[in-house]
Amino acid sequence: MTHWLAMGGYAAYVWPAYAVFFAVLAWDWIAPALRRRRLARELRGRIARERVRRGTRSPHAEVSA
Amino acid sequence: MSRSYLPHWMHRLGSPPTFYRFAGALRPWLMAAALITAAIGLYGGLVLAPPDYQQGDAYRIIFIHVPSAWMSLFIYACMAVAGLVALVWRVKLAEVIAMECAPIGAAFTLITLVTGSLWGKPMWGTWWTWDARLTSELVLFFLYLGVIGLYHAIDDRRRGARAASLLALVGIVNLPIVHYSVVWWNTLHQGSTVNLFGKSSIAPSMLWPLLVMALATHLYFFASILGRTRTALLSVESGKQWVRGIVDRQPLPRQGAPT
Amino acid sequence: MITVAQPFADSSPAIMTARPGAWRACLALLRRDFLLAWRRRGELFLPLLYAVIVAALFPFALGPEPQLLARIAGGVLLVIVVLAMLPALESMFRTDLEDGTLEQWLLAPQPLALLALTRVAAHWITTVLPLIVVMPLLGALLNLPWDVLPVLIVALLLATPLLALLGAVLSALTAGARRSGILLALMLLPLAVPVVIFAAGAIAAAQAGLPYLAPLSWLAAALVLAVVLAPLACAAALRIAVEA
Repeated sequence: MTHWLAMGGYAAYVWPAYAVFFAVLAWDWIAPALRRRRLARELRGRIARERVRRGTRSPHAEVSA
Repeated sequence: MSRSYLPHWMHRLGSPPTFYRFAGALRPWLMAAALITAAIGLYGGLVLAPPDYQQGDAYRIIFIHVPSAWMSLFIYACMAVAGLVALVWRVKLAEVIAMECAPIGAAFTLITLVTGSLWGKPMWGTWWTWDARLTSELVLFFLYLGVIGLYHAIDDRRRGARAASLLALVGIVNLPIVHYSVVWWNTLHQGSTVNLFGKSSIAPSMLWPLLVMALATHLYFFASILGRTRTALLSVESGKQWVRGIVDRQPLPRQGAPT
Repeated sequence: MITVAQPFADSSPAIMTARPGAWRACLALLRRDFLLAWRRRGELFLPLLYAVIVAALFPFALGPEPQLLARIAGGVLLVIVVLAMLPALESMFRTDLEDGTLEQWLLAPQPLALLALTRVAAHWITTVLPLIVVMPLLGALLNLPWDVLPVLIVALLLATPLLALLGAVLSALTAGARRSGILLALMLLPLAVPVVIFAAGAIAAAQAGLPYLAPLSWLAAALVLAVVLAPLACAAALRIAVEA
């Protein structure tokens, strides 16, 4: 196993290369997920605010469920 | 603009909510296929393939370097096609797809450059050599950054997408010219280039992992682009009801919002 | 008796020539640009000053040995001209977009590409030509061999209009964007690489005494292509920038 890890002495170049490959693709996979979560939170906040505003704007109208 | 000559299913797929569900269903399968194919390819490349008689085990970087280089060009072509559709037919979905292709393409180009220099260090003794292919890849990286930069520089999202799509089309015309001029420039200054990458005959035991890895990166690209497009659609269509429906239904504790 | 208007009576059906007055429109646009440039002629010297300063810096940085300077002079001057063009490129369409002139261009009967080409020509004459005229002085600063100077000037006369045309497309794209100096440079780099390679190749060949006609003819071919195609792309970009 350690022989395989040594990569014939080039371990210092092969493994960082693979690390970069997986790291960059992992970032490319995670970035939109984070963006999606932030978007969902913002939108939910906006919906909540609109619902509150709709509720108070016409006091005599009964608050819709 | 009448789009009657488009097949019906393409019409339906063009509407964001339909595409959102279609992409959501397809994405996990594509990602799973990509991971399995990558596992097979890496096993073949790192374990089964024999060491190269010249370079020993350093050449194993080829299994991620070459597929990434192919991907950087393939994604640029996809971006240009989506950009063309966005420019000509002003399809909102095409604009979103074109602009979401750019970061993935830039990621693969960055991988190609970094792995190329990591591979060049033991072979040529320097981190960076102005080899024709590496130089063209560097210019391609700047093209990607230009498209991403332009898209984010223009406030109006739809106009930004169309402007960046036009830049992508100008870029695709420019790519072969850059490659030809860099090759000509290379022969001018360095005499014969060291074609480390252009192995004329590659042993079959090394070839099949390379092709399997290429397939894996293509599958990954489709999975990633579907995911990114879904996220972008949420933000582009945030005013629409279907997006609010999706966002509201998510099981998050409702912070005391009146029911 | 209703007289039916004959809008196209005068244009002969056989050949559809450009709208009447296209030439006059271009001349009017050229005159306007030159007038504007003349009013701000103080600014015309900025690229020149920039070029002289940068050219003067190289000997301080690399040492005054004549052979070293002579070897790098051609390439350095070429890069200086490209860098000196950048700041002017950015404002090619920006002011017209802001004050609504571009809308008038869109409404004009003349093809938008023709107007864009005229603007690029006016911009090239007012900002880049002075740079080329002052090239012998800069060449002397960097000890450029005298037999290389004509080749350098011809290479610049071919390369800079090409860069101006490519830059016009990018400037039209970024006209609607916020402050975009660096972005324009980033976008221009990939397009400028072949131009710089062939121009510098011609200069290096001339310096080495080799035949330099091939790279120059490549540049000329690219210029001819760009004169035809770039205005079309520029018109498309302007249409994107104008429709809000």
